[in-house]
Parts: sequence; structure tokens; C-alpha cells
Amino acid sequence: MSNAESEKEYWRWTESRFTNPDLNWEDADIISAGVDVGSVSTQAVIMLDGEIYCYSSMRTGSNSPDSAKNAMDWALEGTGLTLDKIQYVVGTGYGRVNVPFAKRAITEIACHARGANFIYGPEIRTVLDMGGQDCKAIRCDNRGKVTAFLMNDKCAAGTGRGMEVFADLLQVHINDVGKMSLDVDEEPEPVSSTCVVFAKSEAVGLLRKGWPKEKVLAAYCSAMAHRVVTLLLRLGIEEKFAITGGIAKNIGVVKRIEDELKFKAPEPSIDPQIAGAIGAALFAKALVEKERKKA
Amino acid sequence: MITAGIDCGSKNTKVVILDDNNILSTSLVLSGFDQEESAQQALNNALEKIGITREDVKHITVTGAGMDAIFFADDNITTVTSDGKGTFFLFPSTRTVIDIGAEEGLVVKLDENGKVKDFGINEKCAAGAGAFIEAMSRALEVNIEAMGELSLKSTKKIPMNAQCTIFAESEVVSLIHQKTPKEDIIRAVHDAIADRNTSMVRQIGIEKDVALIGGMAKNIGFIDAMNRNLGFDLLVPKDKIAPEYISALGAALIAQEKIGG
Repeated sequence: MSNAESEKEYWRWTESRFTNPDLNWEDADIISAGVDVGSVSTQAVIMLDGEIYCYSSMRTGSNSPDSAKNAMDWALEGTGLTLDKIQYVVGTGYGRVNVPFAKRAITEIACHARGANFIYGPEIRTVLDMGGQDCKAIRCDNRGKVTAFLMNDKCAAGTGRGMEVFADLLQVHINDVGKMSLDVDEEPEPVSSTCVVFAKSEAVGLLRKGWPKEKVLAAYCSAMAHRVVTLLLRLGIEEKFAITGGIAKNIGVVKRIEDELKFKAPEPSIDPQIAGAIGAALFAKALVEKERKKA
Repeated sequence: MITAGIDCGSKNTKVVILDDNNILSTSLVLSGFDQEESAQQALNNALEKIGITREDVKHITVTGAGMDAIFFADDNITTVTSDGKGTFFLFPSTRTVIDIGAEEGLVVKLDENGKVKDFGINEKCAAGAGAFIEAMSRALEVNIEAMGELSLKSTKKIPMNAQCTIFAESEVVSLIHQKTPKEDIIRAVHDAIADRNTSMVRQIGIEKDVALIGGMAKNIGFIDAMNRNLGFDLLVPKDKIAPEYISALGAALIAQEKIGG
């Protein structure tokens, strides 16, 4: 392998930002924001009266306060809106206490349920949030309020980080993993090791045996799907069911989860990776309303 | 009479040659992709060292994770049995054996005759095995052989939050970015793996004396962390034979029993 090739970072997923051209912040009554500082990615969402105005999604750096600020700055870029005009900011995620400009921190479990309710509608009763370094199965009511949850944050199996390791190993860009994993004639046996370290050795063995990358990815995506389905079944699953977080964009994992559960997850109309930040921004809006009522 | 024990580990294949109960020769090769070829190679190396041939070996017993791939041996035994056998031979006071290899960890409880009473295995998670230290040495860019020694130079105890090897890698990288001294990170890494293994041993129950074998028993940083956790000193093979050969030794001893009765 050449040096340049070995240094290529296949795990680097694409950062993004968005502004809704149909909205004008100057017309808004309540301007609220949510910042989700995850272990791998950070999102900032700004809402005008509960509608998404703009957002950014970027990689978390080694410093949480900087990551929160960078995401906020990028979300605001080109809008003319400034941080001081945002009435309430809620921080969430693993680094939620490190959002210096947030008035309050709310757990990502509450925010993801609330965000899924916003993205997919009030019929959602079970949310699977597949994050960078954890995975949560959440049950919620029609207002997106959490009623129960289970979480794995101890082990990389079933998380985005595990998928990144495989993208690097197979030298397939993380954005292409899902699609490529579906390019097999027949579904292979899932990778048998749970531990990502051992799954990696197992995958090397499969490649040596002559398996094409597509087949190895299929075997890993289905192992990952099985892993998170176990978590969902332990919690108990109720329809409708939706997936949030970065892995929600990996069609190879999503399809295999659906096949195993025999439930369809709705297609997201908005980037499912920003669900937590959306939930935080919605909580921020509600907190502004509450403050007004008091006053 | 001469027998051979072969331990097909996930990382290394080890051979011990015995003449009755005397250790004649040992050898170690990387297990690699073809387990049987590595086992042949390791056996040939051990025989060459003492100038004897395959015909001189009366019985070959194989053990270890890869033993099912070996077809030239006379029979095979589980790692639990070979670990117990080899350790009890060296240290008859042993009642608990801890074997930490590259990819798995084992606890074997023995009675006063060296018979296996109970055991526990971790083969599901890399965080308690040698693979954990290997991954951390890569992240730290420190030679794996130097890890144990460096951990003893640490002056400050720092916590490791991650349990998972993959997450610990990221944590180590951020500790490096925060300019944490390498020695302190390495100590934290050893404390973490020792914590995992101490809880595995406690689940099965600790009965003294306790011996530590397997590749990780060569790492003085790990031994030190285990001793600190347990509050007493582990027995570790050293002079007679290195700790990673004990399972192969156990297999060779069982081969002796097979032919000698």
C-alpha cells in the first residue's frame, strides 16, 4: 500500500450545512437553538418558531466547547443571524455540559425522542438512535416524551465508530458502505465476533479466503443489525419504529434491521443525524414559552 | 520417553518437548493464516534445536483456540485442561490459574490434586486480552515490549473511562493531545485491563495461590497492576519456562500420561 493510500481516511463522513430559503429570521417570534455535541459528531440546529431555519453537522474535535462553537458558527454562516439574537440554546449529547452558550443541558435520549417525533411524526413509539459511540433504544409517547430506554455505550459493536473501523479496513468510503453491502447475490452469514477488534480479524480472514468487499460488508452490516435488534427486543418494540443518528443513513444496516424486525422504518425527510439537535431546539423553544408565561 | 505439546493460540503457536518430565526444548512461531503449517513449523523448530526427529516423538497432544485445524497430532485437549496441568506441574500450590492470551482470558480453579474444579472464559471482548495492550501500543506509538516497563515509571494515576478497546483507542489519542505523559497513559491502560481481569477472576472466586500465565504474564506492568488489585503477589513462571508456554507444557504432560499411563 502506498503511503498516500494508507493515509486516506475512509471513515471521514461528509459534513454538511443547510439554510431554509423560505424562512426569514427577522420575521420570527421565537428563535431557539439546539446543539448536540456527540462523541463523534456535533450538530447545531436553529429554529424559527419551531421550524428548521438552518443547521450544521460536523465532526467533533478534541475540545467540546470549541466543537459546539464551531458548529454554531457554521450553522449561522451567511444567514445574517447572530448568536446573541437566539433567545434560548439547549445543549445535548455526550458533551452537553460543554456548550458554553447554552442555558440548559438536556439528555440526548430526551432530545432524540423529541427530534424523532418532529422528523417522523407523532405515531413514532420506538426510536433507535445509532450514534458514533453508543446506541439507544427509546420508547416514547405521541408527544415524543420518553417512556423507557436501553442503552449500550460500553462497546463499539453496533455503533458508528465500529462502522468507521470497517470502512477504514476495507478502504471503502463510509458513505458508500451501506449501498455496497447490498450488492451481493446472496446474504452471507453475519460476522460471528461481537467485539469490533475480533470482527476485524475475522474480516481479514474472509478477505484472504477471497470474499469480495461487498460480501464482507454485507456480513458486517448484518452482524451490526442483529446486535441492535437484540437491544430493541430487550426493550420491547412498538410500532411505528424509526431510526435516528448517523447509521440511519446506512441503507445496508437499516434494511437488515427492517428485515429482521419485519418492520419498516420511514424514510427521513431531514438528515436523521440532526434529530438530537432538533429535539434540543424544540425544548429551547418550549423553555422560552415557559419563561414568557412566568413573566 | 519424548512427547510434544502444541498450543495453537490466536496469535502465536507454541511447542514444548518433554522427555518424561524434563523440558528439552521450546519454540514459538506466529500462528498466521495457516494454523497447521505454523504448528508443523513450530514443532520442527523445537526438534531441530535438540537434534531429534519426528520419529523420536512418541505422542503429540495439541491444545489452544486453533487446535481443530491440526490433523497431524495424536489427540487434543481443551485449554482449560492444559492450563491447569502445566501450571500445577510448575506450582503445585496453585488453586487458581489466570491465563491471559492475545485474544482470550481464562480462569481455571484447581483442587489440591490439580484437577479442574471450575473455569470461566472471556473470548467475546478484546478489552481484557493482549489485543487491548497491542492496540494501545499502536495508538501510543510505543513498542509493545516496552509497555510494561514504561507503566512502572508513571507518577500519576489517571482514570480511563472507556472499556471497549475501540473507544479506549480514541481516549488514548485525546490524552496524547492533552499532553498527558505517555507513562501515565500506559499505567492507566494497564490498570484498565487488570480491572477487567480482576472482575473476571472474582466472578469465579479467588483461591490462593493464584498463578498468572499466558503472553500477558510477560508484561511486568500488567503483573504489577494485577498484584495491586488483588492485594497479593501472583505466581508467575519465569526461570524454568516462560509463561506463554505453560499451556503447551500442559499438553506435553498429558501426552506423557497417555503413553506412560
